[in-house]
Amino acid sequence: MNVLSIFNTDLLVAMVRLSTPITLAAIGATICERSGVVNIAMEGIMIVGAFFAAVVAYFTGSPWLGLVAGVFAGGVYSMIHAAATVSLHLDHTVSGAVLNILAFGLTRYLMVLVFGHPGTSEPIARTLGNFQVAIPLLSRIPVIGPIFFNQTPIVYLSFVMVIFFTWFLKKTKTGLHVRASGEHPLALETIGVSVYRMRYLGVIVSGLMGGLAGAYLSIENSASFTEGMTNGKGFIAMAAMISGGWRPVGAFLASLFFGFADALQIRFQVFKVLQVPEEIFIIFPYIATLLAVAGLVRRSRPPKADGVDFMIERPEE
Amino acid sequence: MASKSERKVILETRGVYKQFPKVLANQDVNIKLHEGEILCLLGENGAGKSTLMNILYGLYKPTAGEMYLNGRSVVFSSPKDAIRLGLGMVHQHFMLVETLTVTENIILGSEPGRGVQIDYREARKRVKELSETYGLKIDPDAMIENLSVGLQQRVEILKALYRDARILILDEPTAVLTPQEVEELFGVIKELRASGVSIIIITHKLEEVLDISDRVYILRRGKIEGERATADVNKEELANLMVGRSVVLTVHREPHEPHPEPVFEIENLHVLDDRAYPAVNGLTLSVRPGEVVGIAGVDGNGQSELADAIMGLRPVQSGRLLHLGSDIARMSTKERIGRSISYVPADRQRYGLVLSMTIAENIAMGYHDRSPNARGINLDYPAMARRAEELIGQFDIRAPGPLTPAGQLSGGNQQKVILAREFTRKPTFLLVSQPTRGLDVGAIEYIHSEVLAMRSQDVGVLMISLELEEIFALADRILVLYEGAIVKELDPDRTDEREVGFFMTGGKEKAS
Repeated sequence: MNVLSIFNTDLLVAMVRLSTPITLAAIGATICERSGVVNIAMEGIMIVGAFFAAVVAYFTGSPWLGLVAGVFAGGVYSMIHAAATVSLHLDHTVSGAVLNILAFGLTRYLMVLVFGHPGTSEPIARTLGNFQVAIPLLSRIPVIGPIFFNQTPIVYLSFVMVIFFTWFLKKTKTGLHVRASGEHPLALETIGVSVYRMRYLGVIVSGLMGGLAGAYLSIENSASFTEGMTNGKGFIAMAAMISGGWRPVGAFLASLFFGFADALQIRFQVFKVLQVPEEIFIIFPYIATLLAVAGLVRRSRPPKADGVDFMIERPEE
Repeated sequence: MASKSERKVILETRGVYKQFPKVLANQDVNIKLHEGEILCLLGENGAGKSTLMNILYGLYKPTAGEMYLNGRSVVFSSPKDAIRLGLGMVHQHFMLVETLTVTENIILGSEPGRGVQIDYREARKRVKELSETYGLKIDPDAMIENLSVGLQQRVEILKALYRDARILILDEPTAVLTPQEVEELFGVIKELRASGVSIIIITHKLEEVLDISDRVYILRRGKIEGERATADVNKEELANLMVGRSVVLTVHREPHEPHPEPVFEIENLHVLDDRAYPAVNGLTLSVRPGEVVGIAGVDGNGQSELADAIMGLRPVQSGRLLHLGSDIARMSTKERIGRSISYVPADRQRYGLVLSMTIAENIAMGYHDRSPNARGINLDYPAMARRAEELIGQFDIRAPGPLTPAGQLSGGNQQKVILAREFTRKPTFLLVSQPTRGLDVGAIEYIHSEVLAMRSQDVGVLMISLELEEIFALADRILVLYEGAIVKELDPDRTDEREVGFFMTGGKEKAS
């Protein structure tokens, strides 16, 4: 089989589908870090979102309710991070690491509790993957059409989120406050806007978006929950956030790049185009992550007060 | 003009106390601010000035006491309340978001526009109007990080005015300004007073009080120590009230003839900054034993890179550093210290000390590997402590003992620890960078007299300072640093702050 033959429209369609959870999580993390809270817990938030989306979709039979449940669960779970870092002034990285570990333990425990066994949940009858919508006219455009305009609900939602959060950060009052909170929190507090509130907002956005990303994995891109199904995507999302320069559009483009590496990897494995052990291709997306971060990171600058605890009422030194 | 007693009291505190976990920062503070006056609040560092202002501004809650605004009792639960009632504050460390524009910073928290979206056109318009009304010229679209410190301060003032501040609190406003910028700022302040704004200036600088204020309160150890009309008070009285004892404001500089042979020379030095841009550009100077050479310049003209290069903390691109005739430009920092070069860095907390270590350890540092601090490969802690004990007495360091962590000392005492370490190493050449930054008159007096003592012991002293007053107090020769090179040498007895300031800001000599 010709190597070049795998470079077709299908590859790009797969790129978008594989990048969607990364995009969502990366944008969530972007908003969170712009508010000044480092969030390495995206992986954990996603797995919690994926689990609850699958459970609710399975028992109610409605993937839409599953979607709501996944988003909600992500939001609730992220509140632990907000409380720990903002209110209790815990180190952001420590809290994030704890949430990641906790998420895997928690979902395994709940798997056994709900389904009676660990591993993979019972299949969901109807998923969001069944709701593929071709947008009239736009989906007829060659190449672009099938890639962007003949997709499933959460994929569309991710496009909307890119535009929405770009507008939010650039044009809204709250967006300006979030940006100030991550750069110079005391400046914000001294003109009468609560930094705590902005940071809670940032974290909950990352929770909701992480939950959405998780729901995509379990009830749109597949039809069941599997333990560890996030498979590092939450961490790749962090890389996308950094390579994207802490901007929603940048995060989106970086996620597409990682999605592309993933899509390529799958095709290399499946079509056995090169005479090497296929497992080698699995490392593609991770190598791509490494290169992107190493190459782009120097040019992008994190918010100045990212990960810096904020506390008012300090005696003068 | 109506007499002071008839003027309306716009802001008043009654019996304000503020207790922090470890310190009582304010006790029984009663102050009154009249409408349209410039009031100074004078005090040493740690006297509780900033705490009091943060209480007025609603950032801290007082432990006890009341505040009255226009005769009505007020309680601020956050700065938002203070802002709403017409208070504005320009903090010592600017409250500006560097990556946002001037307009965004000014409108932050009170953005124009309906609903959730910001009306940027309206915002720019208002900023322009405001800057025209008060004569504060500024580019509304400039990024804060690209503005000079003076302009950043202007943005801070505009920020308060945008919120219709009728009372403006300025915390140490001149600390970071050049003499020219200070003059401009004072002009602005007087302009604001003329338009009915009442102003409180927090400061530890006596000149500032005398230059600008109508009235002054002196704060010491959290208490109001006195109140004076500026017209009826002089510098000495203010200093004594502030410190609580009589202080010598300008240490006496004995004439001292330096040796003719230089102890330290720099020839055509080139050094890059952190971003790899040239910071020191062909700098040449020499220092003789027994003289103080003062380097005057606006911050950011290569001072820190020069100091780093002299101490071997930053590579030299080209040029020579001659100490007692031999080139040390390629030597390690340890070798340089070993050659009797002593260094008092500008940032005492980051480079001068390890704050979590004890005074004894900090004094031994750099010399910790030899007698009397070490025996073989072991540190000799008892000997270190004995030596520290001795120097604590000699340098009048106020500390419970040699095992007190340096971080628990006041700024002045921290600096004395560094002096104790560096000045007792029998240096031949001494580099001091901003030795009294942020310190108050009592500590400045002491440090200046110690530097002059080194001079009379025939040590060659190179002093980098952003404070012109300090340069004039100590230097035998003034070298003006501008864009990484010495642009002018001046004799302190034949020049003044204006002339030095002129060259510091890139002024060129008139063709004669």
